[in-house]
Amino acid sequence: MKNKIRIVVSALIITVSLFMLQRLFMPKYVSDVVEGRLIEEYYKDEPEHDVVFIGDCEVYENFSPAVLWQDYGINSFIRGSAQQLIWQSYYLLEDTLRYEKPEVVIFNVLSMQYNEPQKEAYNRMSIEGMAWSMAKVRNIEASMTSKEQFMDYVFPILRYHARWNDLKAEDLTYLFRDKTVSHNGYYMRVDVKPAENVPEGKLLADYRFGDTAYAYLDKITALCKENGIHLIFVKAPSLYPYWYPEWEEQIEEYASVHDIDYINFLELSEQTQLDYSKDTYDGGLHLNLSGAEKITRYLGEYLKTHTSVPDRRDEPALSAKWADKIAAYNADRDGQLERITDS
Amino acid sequence: MLFTSYGFIGFVFLLLVLYYAVPQKMRWPLLLLFSYAFYYLADPIYLVYITITSISVWACGVWIERFRQEQTEYLSLHKEELSREDKKNYKASVKKKQWRILLIALFLNLGILAVLKYTNFMISNINGILDSFGKEPLGFWTIALPMGISFYTFQAVGYIIDVYRGTTGAERNPFRFMLFVSFFPQLVQGPISRFGDLSKTLYAGAPFDKKNLAFGLQRILWGFFKKLVIADRILVGVNAIIQDTDTYYGIYVFVGMLFYALELYADFTGGIDITIGVAECLGISVTENFRRPYFSKNIKEYWNRWHITMGSWFTDYIFYPITVCGPMLKLSKASRKYLGEKIGKRVPIYLSGFVVWLATGIWHGASWNFVAWGLANYVVIMASQECEPLYARFHRAFPRLKGTRMHDLVQVIRTVLLMSLLRTFDCYRDVPLTFRMVGTMFTDPQIDRLFDGSLLQLGLGVSDYAVVLIGLLLLVSVSLFQRRESVRVQIARLSYWPRFCIWYGLFLIVLIFGAYGVGYDASQFIYNQF
Repeated sequence: MKNKIRIVVSALIITVSLFMLQRLFMPKYVSDVVEGRLIEEYYKDEPEHDVVFIGDCEVYENFSPAVLWQDYGINSFIRGSAQQLIWQSYYLLEDTLRYEKPEVVIFNVLSMQYNEPQKEAYNRMSIEGMAWSMAKVRNIEASMTSKEQFMDYVFPILRYHARWNDLKAEDLTYLFRDKTVSHNGYYMRVDVKPAENVPEGKLLADYRFGDTAYAYLDKITALCKENGIHLIFVKAPSLYPYWYPEWEEQIEEYASVHDIDYINFLELSEQTQLDYSKDTYDGGLHLNLSGAEKITRYLGEYLKTHTSVPDRRDEPALSAKWADKIAAYNADRDGQLERITDS
Repeated sequence: MLFTSYGFIGFVFLLLVLYYAVPQKMRWPLLLLFSYAFYYLADPIYLVYITITSISVWACGVWIERFRQEQTEYLSLHKEELSREDKKNYKASVKKKQWRILLIALFLNLGILAVLKYTNFMISNINGILDSFGKEPLGFWTIALPMGISFYTFQAVGYIIDVYRGTTGAERNPFRFMLFVSFFPQLVQGPISRFGDLSKTLYAGAPFDKKNLAFGLQRILWGFFKKLVIADRILVGVNAIIQDTDTYYGIYVFVGMLFYALELYADFTGGIDITIGVAECLGISVTENFRRPYFSKNIKEYWNRWHITMGSWFTDYIFYPITVCGPMLKLSKASRKYLGEKIGKRVPIYLSGFVVWLATGIWHGASWNFVAWGLANYVVIMASQECEPLYARFHRAFPRLKGTRMHDLVQVIRTVLLMSLLRTFDCYRDVPLTFRMVGTMFTDPQIDRLFDGSLLQLGLGVSDYAVVLIGLLLLVSVSLFQRRESVRVQIARLSYWPRFCIWYGLFLIVLIFGAYGVGYDASQFIYNQF
C-alpha cells in the first residue's frame, strides 16, 4: 500500500512539475511578438461568426472585425498568424469547422507564393495556439521544417527549455493568467510610417505557384463547397512583398474557373481612399488602424451586396458582447495614440 | 539514429517492451532484428558490409574450429600409432591450414576497412605527389563509410584471432554471430567487446529484472547528462576556437585544448554510458570502457583507463603478437648482442610500441593528424618510461613528497594537460597548423584576452559557462564517489524520496539545461566517425 501511495505521489509530482515548467518556459507573447497569441484567442470567442478570415499578416493587420460589426452588423473573426502558409490556413479552416460553419470565408492569397515550410518561428506562432485535433496533427506534419520534430509540438518544453536563460517577469505573471492582445484576431497598430521607396519585385525564375500551394487551394475550395460556404479570395493592399502580375493572372484564372469572388485591394486604392502616406505603420508592408478601417468598410459593403451575411445588430446578447469589444478596441486605440503623443 | 534523438528513445522503448514480452529463447533473434533495423535506418547499403564481415568471419571461425576438432579426433584415434614427431608435424600442418584461413578472414575484413576508410586518404597523398610533378590529380571515391565499421571490424577480427588461438570456441549459429557483430548499442562507438565476454549474457535472454532496468535507465540518463548538458554546450566554444585560427590563437589554443578535453570526455563516456545502460536494461553485460581516466597520474595509466577495450585490443592482437613473433625475437637477440642488455632488451618493445601507436592513430582516422597524434602518444609514453630513473632519483631526494595529495594532484593535472595538448592534433585542419597554433601559446599568448570579455564571443554566454562549470563539478564529484563503489549502488541504498529527488532532479537538469532541439545543432557523437 505504502509503495502504491509513493508511486501515485511521485507521478503527481512529475506531472505537475513538468506541466508548470512547460507553462513557465513557453513564450507568453504578451509584450513582444504578440502575433504568437492570435490563433488561440479564437477559442475564447463564441463560435457564432458569419465571416471568418484565414491568411497571414495581410488579414490580421489589414481587416478590422470591429468595423464590420459597427457599420454592418457582421460578426467576424480573423484566424491569421505571421507568414501563415496556405496549408496552415487550410487546417485552421478545418479546425474552425469543428466549432461553427460561417457563411463566408475570406482567404488572403499572398501565401500562394510558398510551396514549402519556411521558418520554425512562424510555424510555432501559427500552430501552437491551435486546439489539439487531427487538423492540428496534419498541420504540424505539413509545416515542419527539416530541423523540427513532432514531439516538440506535443511537449513544447522540449522546444522551449532553453528559455531558462531568457525568462522575464511576464513569464511568471502570465503563468496562468490570460491577456487578450487582438480584437477578434485583428492586431491593431495606430502609428504611421509612410510608404516611401517601395522596392520593386525581384525577377523570379518561375512565377507559377507551386503544386503544393495549388493542392491546398483546391482543398480550401472543396471544403468550402462541401460546407456551403461562400469563399472569397482577397489580396490585401500591402505594397510588399511584391505581388507580381503573373501571380495575379493565376489567381484571377483560378477564381474564374472555380467561380470564386476575388478582390484585389491593390487595385482599389481610389475606391477605398487608401493613402499610403498615412495608412500604413511600416512603410507599406501592413496597414495601420486608419488603413484597415478604410478597406474593411469597402469589404463590408461588398459583403452586404454580394453575400447573404446577416446584419445581427438586433441580437441583444451579441450586441452586448460587441459593446465590450468595441470599448476595448477604442481603449486600445486611445492608449496607443496617447503613448505616441507622449513619446 | 543519434543516441540522443527521439527516434532512438522510441526505438529502445519499443525493443524493451517486445524483448520482455516474447519468450526468452526469442529474445536474441529479436535483438538481431532490431540491430539490423538500426543499421538499415542509418543506410540500407551498410547492411551489405556488416553482413559480409559477419558471414565471412563466422565461416572462417567454423572452418578453423573444424580443423581443431579433426585434429583432436585424429590424434585420439591414432594415439598409439603416431610418434611424438608425427604428432608434432601433424599439429603443425593443421596450424598452417588454420593460419591460412585466419589470413583469409583478416585480409578480407581489414581489406574492406582499409579500402573504405583509407582510399581517399591515399588518393589525397598521391595527389600531393602528382601535384608536385604538375600531373592531373586523381578523383576521389564517393563511397559512404559504413557507420561504426572500425568498431565492428575490430570486434570480428578479435573474435577470429581468439578462435585461431583457441581462447574461444567458434560460434556455430551464423545468426548468433551476426548479433555479436551488430549488437546495436555498441555498434557505433564501441566498446570493442570480446566474444567470450559478451556472449555470456547476449544470448541468454535474461528474465525481467526491475533492478537491471532501473540501473540501466539511470546510466542512460547520466549519459544524456554528459552528452547534452556538457559536451554539446561546450562544443560551440570548441568549434569557434578551432575554426577561426586568425582570431583565436595564443591563450585561446590553451582554452580550446581544455574545452576539447572536457567535450571529448563528456561526449565519448556519455555515449558509452548510454550503450552500457541500454544493454543493462536488456540484462546484457557490456565491458566498461573507462575508469576515471582524468584521475590518471601518468600517460600509461591514462591509456589503461581511457577507451580500455581499444587499448586492450591493440595490446592483445598487435603488441604481443609482434613482440613474440619470430623476426622480433631474432631482432631482440641481435640487439642485445650488439647494443648491450640494457638497451637491447628495449628495442623490440620500442618497435612494437611504435607499430601499435601508429595503428592506433590510423584507426582513429584517415589523416596525418591522427598519425601524428598516435606517434606523439608513443613518444610521450616512451620518454616517460625512459625518465623513470630520473623520477626515482627525484623521489629519493624528496622522499616525503611521494604519496601526498598535492603530489598526486600535480601528477593528475600534468597528465590531463599533456593528453589535452596531444589532442590538439585532433582539432586543427592539418599537422603544420596544429604545430603553429600550439606554438602561439608560447610565442604570443596574450593572456589578458582571457579577461577582456573575449571568452564571451565564442558563442557561449555567462549562463553557458555556469552550466558547464556546475556540470563539471558534478562530474568530478561523481568520479570521486565512484572510487568507493558504483554511485548507483550507493544511491540505491538511500530511502525512496532522496533517490527520487536525485534521479528526477537529474532528469530535469537534462531536460532544461541540455543543448538539444531547434536552435542547437544536434551533434553526432565524436567517436561515431571512427
